[in-house]
Formats: sequence, structure tokens, C-alpha cells
Amino acid sequence: MSTNTGQVPPVGIKRIGIDVGGTNTDAVLVEGSTVLGAVKTVTSEDVTGGVRAALKNLAASTGDAMRDVTAVMIGTTHFVNAVVQRRDLNRAGALRVCLPASASLPPMVDWPDDLAALANGGNYLVAGGHEYDGRPIVALDERAIAEAGRKMKADGIAAAAVSAVFSPLTDACELRAADILRNENPDLHITRSGTLGRIGLLERENAALLNACLIDLSHRTIDAFEEAIRSSGIEARLYITQNDGTVVDAATARDQPVFSFASGPTNSMRGAAFLAGIGDAIVVDIGGTTSDVGCLKSGYPREANNVVKVGGVRTLFRMPDLLSIGLGGSTIVAERPLSIGPRSVGHRLRNEALVFGGETLTLSDIAVAAGLVEMGDKARVAHLPSTLIKDTITEARRMLTEAVDRMKTEASDPPLLAVGGAAMLTPERMDGICEVVRVPHHAVANAVGAAMAQISGEVDHVFRDMEREELLAEAERMARDRAIAAGAAADTLKVVDIDSIPMSYMPGRAVRARVRVVGDITALRAAKSAEPSST
Amino acid sequence: MATSPSPPRHLSVADMDALALGAWILGTGGGGDPYHKLLNVKQLFKSGRSACLIDPLSLADDALVAVVSSMGAPLVGQERIPDAAHALRPVRAMEEHLGRRFDAVMSMEIGGGNGVHPMMVAALTDYPVVDADGMGRAYPELQMTSFAVAGLTCAPFALSDIRANDVVITQAVDTRWVERISRRVTAECGSTAAICMAPRSGAEIKAHGILHTASQAIALGESVMSARRAHGDPVDAIINAGNGLKLFTGKVVDVDRRATEGFLRGQARIEGMDDDIGAEFTVHFQNEFSVGYRDCEAVVMTPDLICVVDSVSGDGIGTDVIRYGQRVNVLALPGPACFMSGAGLATVGPRAFGFDLDFRSVFES
Repeated sequence: MSTNTGQVPPVGIKRIGIDVGGTNTDAVLVEGSTVLGAVKTVTSEDVTGGVRAALKNLAASTGDAMRDVTAVMIGTTHFVNAVVQRRDLNRAGALRVCLPASASLPPMVDWPDDLAALANGGNYLVAGGHEYDGRPIVALDERAIAEAGRKMKADGIAAAAVSAVFSPLTDACELRAADILRNENPDLHITRSGTLGRIGLLERENAALLNACLIDLSHRTIDAFEEAIRSSGIEARLYITQNDGTVVDAATARDQPVFSFASGPTNSMRGAAFLAGIGDAIVVDIGGTTSDVGCLKSGYPREANNVVKVGGVRTLFRMPDLLSIGLGGSTIVAERPLSIGPRSVGHRLRNEALVFGGETLTLSDIAVAAGLVEMGDKARVAHLPSTLIKDTITEARRMLTEAVDRMKTEASDPPLLAVGGAAMLTPERMDGICEVVRVPHHAVANAVGAAMAQISGEVDHVFRDMEREELLAEAERMARDRAIAAGAAADTLKVVDIDSIPMSYMPGRAVRARVRVVGDITALRAAKSAEPSST
Repeated sequence: MATSPSPPRHLSVADMDALALGAWILGTGGGGDPYHKLLNVKQLFKSGRSACLIDPLSLADDALVAVVSSMGAPLVGQERIPDAAHALRPVRAMEEHLGRRFDAVMSMEIGGGNGVHPMMVAALTDYPVVDADGMGRAYPELQMTSFAVAGLTCAPFALSDIRANDVVITQAVDTRWVERISRRVTAECGSTAAICMAPRSGAEIKAHGILHTASQAIALGESVMSARRAHGDPVDAIINAGNGLKLFTGKVVDVDRRATEGFLRGQARIEGMDDDIGAEFTVHFQNEFSVGYRDCEAVVMTPDLICVVDSVSGDGIGTDVIRYGQRVNVLALPGPACFMSGAGLATVGPRAFGFDLDFRSVFES
């Protein structure tokens, strides 16, 4: 049986993948499907210092091989961390084109107060927007939009989020509103909700507002990444990895920080798939405080269909479907009655765990006592009763097995890929799983996942009075066009996700269809053919 | 009746959270997620407004009550978000038509978002909310109410578009015609509208309403929330609070959905776990869950309430979002007595949903 990993990079194309995490910055050099080198460095306060250090270390360990790198792919959790930690956010004005509908719940209505206080740059509701079939609700109030633009300018607001009712289906109102705002203030940075999110006005508007209040940080950070690459003497294009496991070029990424929110777990899953050579699998990433379970289809993470909360804000946009349970190496184990988590000692593991001389029983201690891993001083857990060790391991594995089973979407037996610092907790065999694969070099799976990324195009649209095959074909054509516009090579495009749902209580047999395609990066193939091949 | 009416109950934000949770369970898979309507009520409470629940038994016989709801496609409601002022419009249109004011408002259906709907109107006005509804759950069509089953008047009926369009149906043959006409009008308005059904007198509500369903929904929601706080079992809490039965425990292994004649129809197959290992349960739905089969035998059917809830959280699961892999419990809660009559079963029994089955309640041993 051949497996499609969705990752068949052209032979001879060298890429650097970098994962900028909260703690570590990892970098790998990959050629075709071979990992030529891998380094781990500490993430610096300014983020880009860590990138520079990682590139320097990578050059030191791989030597000449770094010279003809064509692309650097960076995945970063910097922007999502800024939202969660409430730092480095700029204010954003909210223009919603909706009246007379949707007036009672203003922008940021359900946000945590502390975040809204930092980010709110004024709310403006104006008449306009669309029906589900594209008709205008009422005429667009252009004068009110211009007035909003002038007020934002007077208030010193430099970023705005524009959302209109049913903009994922028809973007005319959002486009026109953005034009009018720009006319009043050419320097205003505008995020249009229809470019980010799906149907669900509040959640899409939230995503656009989060994006808008990260714009300053995003521009500074991406510019600094480019500078870090340049100053490292590398002449390569910069791409930023996205929530769905694909990349966009740096210029596009500057304006879409929210699309990098989940790139950490996504890159980890995709890296695991690549390293294991398996594209359809469940992946479990067992870290310090949580185990994240995701599902890969053709090498790409399955997307979440539901609301995902980011820093306490409900959003609905392109995010991987992840199930997190409070189980990791730092998770606290309580005796009598036995319970595992959800509390954890977090990053204090090396002070508080028994094997490191601390007072708290953690899963790492149990794993050491059970002989699953070596760390710290094994003598410090020698006193633990064997029944406690056995029961804890059994319970941890039961929790993992249930989480894995919950993420399955069909009644087949897929393989399970186990990665992360506490991957040793994964059992050898699991019901409903054909094989448990311990992924080699999983410590740098994130960076490898970043290096392997391709370009995608997605469409989410309501079709009316069309046969299923016909509308899916049309949706696929639209998705392909978008991928090509984003820089994908047409002949490499493949459908990785296709879904349709009939809509009730609507006339004319309305069906909502979502299609996503991915393909290789055209620019890299061009770069390859333009250069003499290296040996 | 021997019991005397309860005093008016001023509702807190916590009561509203409980109501939304309970209403979503009583929605039996339909009625729409109450989130936006709950948020509307919370916004109004924040600005100093309030809402008060009154016992239907305290209504004067000649009191006039507005039976309110929204109508249309839940998906449209995700973009054209429910709005309290819009919910009030058909009430005002009806008052203008009648030439008099209402004394109170109530839910057409307690299940789903419409269970919270009259709270928006109440918080915006001084009307109390009558602790009753016309379905005791959610159903897909307007004629599926206790009032229609009892043969009460179906007109006048008011409908408001979000624009300045109000429609009053002054006369109709029966509620089925009101359903047909208003469904067309709603589609033309963008597949969402606010409605005020035929006004009901205090005497009619006391005789034909489904009583105390709002306070039951609040109690149901409270029991789930307190079970969660105590790390107890929210599913057992639902069963205790709702006098229900646990019919099945398992995992969703297949979902088949199709939209026909304006409804979301289909079925979900659930593979048994725990006590039900080796067995299979299939729930059929038409917007709401209508019939449940254990292996090949129909064991539960409308008008008994079929609630599919998350095994861990106790949250209701909608027919539009149920999906493979979910751990669920299938529960039955007793259906309203008024639907057990011949006329009731003709309107909301299994045959009304296309199942050639004689109704047998799962609660008849």
C-alpha cells in the first residue's frame, strides 16, 4: 500500500525550516526528503536573535550545504502568544457593515475585558451587507463609512477590521468599505474579515480584529525575520507557515498574523508525518503539560469545524482540529484515589519532580520508575509502590487511548504517530490503531514540518440549485484558482479536503461546500530550473 | 388545581446561563444554538435591564400574551445575528393590529434559541415572561404546538423582517397555512424573521399551554452546571432533573444528512459502549431527533423527547453538528401530555415525520 504524505518536495531544492517556539527555536536544513542538519537554540526575547543564532549554528553544523538554500520557512507562535499574554497589541477600529441587522451585539462583545481594553479602537456599525444569496440587505451607507474613517484618523487609529454580513459569500461590501476608508486615510491598515474567516459574523469579525491588533507586531517581526536571514548571508525567499500546514510568502504573511496561530502543533504533526513517511494517521504530541491529538489526511491536519477560543476570544477560521488533554511529563499524579492531572508543575519540572530532588509526584517520575525513560535520579523514585506505577501507567494510557479514539472520524484502524518530550508514555499497542509509530528525530519535527510546507487555496461557498458533483467541481475550480494566485504550481495541485453540507430552511436547494487544494511553490521550481544544480 | 401560583421570579444572569443550557438539551437536536440570544440578554442586563418569570397559573383569564419566536435558517442567524429590538417588532405590529397592549410574552418553543427568545423581548420592555411554551421542546413547524393541536385560532400572525417590513396575516385556514405562507415570506426576507403568533389569552394558556417549561429548563441547566462544579456526572443530573431515561451509551460512528423540502433530514448511528457494548443505536432526525432504533427495533419516538448529549459535558448536541467520534448518551425525557392524544399524535407523532409506526412511549413499561 502506498501512502500519500502530501509532501513530495522536488529533489535538489534545499530549504531551511525554523520553528520559533516559546522556549526553543529549532532549525533544520532539508534537501528533497533528506534532513541534512538540525539544531536547537533558545528563543531570544526579541525572537529574531534566536533565529539568527539558529541559522549560525545550522551553518556551523552543515557547512557549505547552506549556500544554495532557496527558501526559509518559519513557523512562529509569537503572535498567538502576544494575544494570550496581552502584550505588543495595537488598537484596532471595528467597522461592521450590517445595519439594520446585527446591531445589538457590538464588536468585541464577548471578549475578556482586559483584552478589549487594550485592543478596542472604536466601533462603527453602518448600513449594508448581503443576504445569503448575494442580494444587498439595504444600500451601503458610504457616507457613514467615510465618517468612520475620519474619526479613526482623528483618534490616531492605524489599523481597522472591516466585516460585512455574508462577506465569505460576497465580498463587494467589504471591498467598497475598505476603499472608502483608505480614501479617508491612505495609511490605515485594513483587515477584511472575508479574507480570513467563515460564516459566523461575530467569530469572523473577532478573527479580523485579532489580526488588526497584531499588525504592528506582525510587520515588525516579519521584517526582522527577513533582516535576520539577510544578515546571515543567506539569499533565499522567506515563507511563513500557516495554521493549515501550508506557507505564504513573507509579504502576504505580514498582513495575516492570525493565520500563524496554530502553526506550532500543525508543523509538529506534519513533521511527524514526513519523518515517519506516513500521511494518513492520528498524531499525538505529548509535551510537558498537555497531549495534543490531531488527525492527518494526506499529510495535512484535519480542520476544526467548530469555534476555537484564542486568548478567550471565540474565532472561526482555518485552524487544525486538535484535542488537548491535561496529560504530559509535568502532569501531577495524586495517590489515593489515583488521579492524573489536570494540574501540572509546568516548566518547574526540573525543580519540583521527585527525580530532580523536588517534592511533587509527576508523570515523569512514574515514567522513570517504570523504566520507560531515564532522567534525574532514579533512586529518588525507588520507594514508589509497584501497584502505583502500574496503575498510573494504565490510567495514562487509557486517557491517551480515549483521546486518540475521539479524533478518529471513520471506523478504520489508522496508524498513530507519537511525538513530543513525553512520547514514551504512549503504549506499544492501542485498540483501533493498526500500529503505534515512534517517530525518529521527533525533537525537531516542528522545524521539519515547516520546511516541507506547500501552498494552498481554499473556498467556502454556498451553491444553489446545482447537482452535488457539479457544485463540488465548481468549488474545486475556485480553490485551484486561489492556490495558483497565491503562488502554487497548477500541475501539482491536489485536493486535500472536500466537504459539503445541505442547508435547511432555505429555498432553492442550497448546499455549502468547502474545498481545499495544495501544491508546490511555483517560485521554488522556477528558482531550481534557473540555477545550475548543485552536487 | 390545588397548588397556588408561584410568585414572580426575577431572573439573574446565572438563571439565563442555565436556561440556555437547558433549552439546548430540550431542543432535542434542533431549535438553534441559544448563544447569540443569550448574549443579547446579557448585554441588556449589563445596561440595567431585567426580566421576570411569572407562573401561568397567576394569569388572569383575559390576560393577553404574545407568543414569540424567530423563524428561518439557523445558518443565516450566524450572520444576521438575533437582535432584541428586532424580536420586539412583530409584538408591536401585533399590538397595533389588535389596538391593545399585551400583558406578557412567552416562548413558542422552549427548545434551543427560541427558549431564550422571549427573554430578549422582556429585557427590552416591562413585559413579564410566562413560564410556559407551546411545544415543551423544539419542533420544525408552526402547527406543531399544543395550541394548534387544541384547535385554537391561528390568526392574526405577525412577522417582521429586519428592514421596515412587517407582515400581518389577518386570516388563515389553519396553522399549516400560516406555516406555508410565513415560510415563503421569511425566505423572501433573507431566510430569517421575527414572529409573533396568534395572541393567547390567560385562559387558553392555562388550558392548553405546556406549563412551567422555562423553569424546568433553568432547573435542568442548573443541575448540569452543579454536577460539573462538583465533578459529578452531568448526564445523570439531566436524567434526575428531567425524570428521564438513559437509553444508550456509545460513540457516533456514522452521520448521514440531507436537506429535503427545507428540512435537515438524516440519521446518526451510534456504536454501543460500556453497558451497551455490542449493540447499535440509530437516531433519525428531521431538524430534531424523531425516532430512535436500538438494533432494529424502534424503542423511542416523538413526542417523547429524544436528547443526544455529550457524555462528558452533558451539553446538547444539534443535528447539524453531530459528528463521528463523539461520545454520547441518548436520553428520553417525557413528552407533553397534550401530544399523546389522537390529534396530538396526528400532528407530532411518528407518522407526522414519515415513520410508519404506532406511537408507544418509552415511559410505558
